[in-house]
Amino acid sequence: MSTLSDPPKLGFRPSMLINDTRYRSLTFQVIAAIVLALAIWYLGNNLLQNLKAAGLNISYGFFSTPAGYDINQRLVEYTSQSSHARAALVGVLNTLLVAFLACITATVLGVIAGVLRLSNNWLVSKLMMVYVEIFRNIPVLIWIIIIFTIMTASLPAPNDFRGEDPQASMLFSSFAFTNRGIYTPLPFFTSGIFASAALNWLLVIAGLGLSWLVTRRIGHWATARQEATGLRPKTGLWVLAAWLLPLVLLMLVMGLSWELPELKGFNFQGGIKIGGPLIALWFALSIYTGAFIAENVRAGIQAISKGQTEAAAALGLRQGRIMNLVILPQALRVIIPPLISQYLNITKNSSLAIAVGYADITATLGGITLNQTGRAIECVLLLMLFYLTASLLISAGMNIYNASIKLKER
Amino acid sequence: MSDQTTNSIAFVAKSTIPASPPPARETGVIRWLRVNLFATPGISILTLVALWAIYTVLSGVLPWILNGVWTTDSLSECREVLQGKVGACFSVLTERWNQLLYGFKYPSDQYWRPNLALLLFFPAAAPVLFFDLPRKLLIFTALYPFVAFWLIWGGPVSAPLLALAGFVAGGAVFQRFGKANFALGFFGGIAAAVVIWWLGALLLPASGGDNTLLRQVPSRDLGGFMLNMMLGITCVSLSLPLGIALALGRKSDMPLIKGICIVFIEFVRGVPLITLLFVASVMLSYFFPPESTVDLFLRVVIMMTMFSAAYIAEVIRGGLAALPKGQYEAADSLGLDYPQAMRLIILPQALKISIPGIVNVAVGLFKDTTLVSVISMFDLVGMIRGPILASADWKGVYWELLGFAAFLFFIVCYGISQYSQWLERRLATDHR
Repeated sequence: MSTLSDPPKLGFRPSMLINDTRYRSLTFQVIAAIVLALAIWYLGNNLLQNLKAAGLNISYGFFSTPAGYDINQRLVEYTSQSSHARAALVGVLNTLLVAFLACITATVLGVIAGVLRLSNNWLVSKLMMVYVEIFRNIPVLIWIIIIFTIMTASLPAPNDFRGEDPQASMLFSSFAFTNRGIYTPLPFFTSGIFASAALNWLLVIAGLGLSWLVTRRIGHWATARQEATGLRPKTGLWVLAAWLLPLVLLMLVMGLSWELPELKGFNFQGGIKIGGPLIALWFALSIYTGAFIAENVRAGIQAISKGQTEAAAALGLRQGRIMNLVILPQALRVIIPPLISQYLNITKNSSLAIAVGYADITATLGGITLNQTGRAIECVLLLMLFYLTASLLISAGMNIYNASIKLKER
Repeated sequence: MSDQTTNSIAFVAKSTIPASPPPARETGVIRWLRVNLFATPGISILTLVALWAIYTVLSGVLPWILNGVWTTDSLSECREVLQGKVGACFSVLTERWNQLLYGFKYPSDQYWRPNLALLLFFPAAAPVLFFDLPRKLLIFTALYPFVAFWLIWGGPVSAPLLALAGFVAGGAVFQRFGKANFALGFFGGIAAAVVIWWLGALLLPASGGDNTLLRQVPSRDLGGFMLNMMLGITCVSLSLPLGIALALGRKSDMPLIKGICIVFIEFVRGVPLITLLFVASVMLSYFFPPESTVDLFLRVVIMMTMFSAAYIAEVIRGGLAALPKGQYEAADSLGLDYPQAMRLIILPQALKISIPGIVNVAVGLFKDTTLVSVISMFDLVGMIRGPILASADWKGVYWELLGFAAFLFFIVCYGISQYSQWLERRLATDHR
């Protein structure tokens, strides 16, 4: 006499599509897929019709035609006869250059301001608070314009350096600060080992790499000695020698010389020119993002419990060593993730270069090239693709670093 | 015996000695200075450097501000008044005040309309920002977008009324059916609103005449700081619901919906806002039906809303992830379905955690509204760089104008961030 019976087998009913959890998610996804497909079809159809009406098509052929415009600030060879692709390359390199420079200076500024914000000195900590609040709460575009205006309005024109009794003079007769940019001496080799300058510089970098390896060896050796004998040998002089010797030797062999900027015609010639727009953008991005990084650093340091500081002090460490050896290594784990997003912000905000005429990728590909060729869709898509790739690469690289310093427990 | 005791001890204090005052260097201002400013030689040097920096800045800026000239009509007149002394020409602000605030095309006899809209914004925003106010005020908040739209753009009153009617109908349907079945109520509400709008659009041209109460102002005539405020307020309020939806979508179990949300969020966060604005200005019109003309303001609002929605979605996702798993399980064990669990248990807590992040995104977006000057819209920065600095009267008055723009943005952004800190303290229900 079995009282238990199987539940009645019910057939599939349409209401189960919305009421039964087994089918409901499927229903919703099918609806979403249909809506998505309809939207894509609708937008694509509109696009095709509009392009047909305007007599346009999607083509990247314009890339090989001559660009026909000049770019002042460039890292690779470029003339107005070069192709649009070459102009875009110049833009990409310029974007990467200003983003790289601004990341470094913003980090330095931010760490200094963040640590000083927590200083025991009342005046300095309040001053840093004012810095952070002022720079965080005013748009970066306004900062870029302000600093560019300071550059162009307050620095002397190249013409002022002329004559018997000039209004302006060069610093150490080798640096010229003008409203068109800053001119610095350019190092070059008179008797290089290789014919090309790039290879010679590569040699110098290889020399520095060698020095770094040697210093690491010295450090390991000193640690081994310390563990064996209890005394750490003094290695300062050895490290200094390891850094300087190869460098000086290479410089002497290849005959390092400096090309000084000189006033010729209406402008300075020779040397390295760092244009006004680059400086404005670099400086503005650094101090603006530095304020955000300062807040991240402060939050990171405050996240470390006070017991850590007290424990380190009980061990007899000095103030500076407590910071370097105990607090910062732990705080870094908290600071790194927001720091990554600040670096991403710098890269993305560097697109504001267009406001001061710095030839980054937005100003070349998304600005002049777009306006000259009228290829709006192609240019904007490529522009987005570039920034997307750069963002993903930076966050991937930083995530790897983040994983390597993560607290390893169990 | 007692006598002997008194004699054997030479001295007994009969009264306690009054405490002597601490040394001068350990009290008051001197102690404060010593502890806070001159504790060690290193800190003293820092103090001196800071004092020197403050002195340099103030000695440069203060005379410039105090000597400022407020009542001249052009830069050359201002220079005459100053006669070579250091001083600011603030008269550019007084002379171009209306242009800075409203742009140069908004009809000047209609300035009361945006002013009134701004004035009404405060009572509309108050019940959202301060929970202690009576909830009945939210009715005015719901009406405000339509009132503000009609005030600023003008034109026939039927358009905002029709939009309002659609929302009311949708809300009514949702109230009727949403309690029993969320999905039915939700989609039914959307359907009802669409039907009302469609019917209204058919009837409107017949009834809508040109007897308009308020003159119509095309959106290309909007400008100045008003444009920044409008873009900021509109985009933030539109992107909140979109951001919540994206965040929930990203946490969803359905692979297709999750995938769509992830691609959207990561794509928008990976590109700078300026490229999205380029899309709005040169590319978006290709995606609309051929005969339609969608104006630039609306296109910019669409792109900026998408932009901030992606960032808000990430902030809310962080809030959702911070909730203990027990909250989800508790909601399930009470027998709540997904919409109920989200509305009653998960989102109130997750949103509370995300408030600081959301406010950060809002401040960031408000600052980013200055970027529209790059695609030749005349917002505050666009007005300064365009018509005002290019005019013959005020060529070269950089500092006063840029300083004014910086000051306005600072006031608003600093105010919002102070509000967010107040709210955080207010909402802190944990015991510390």
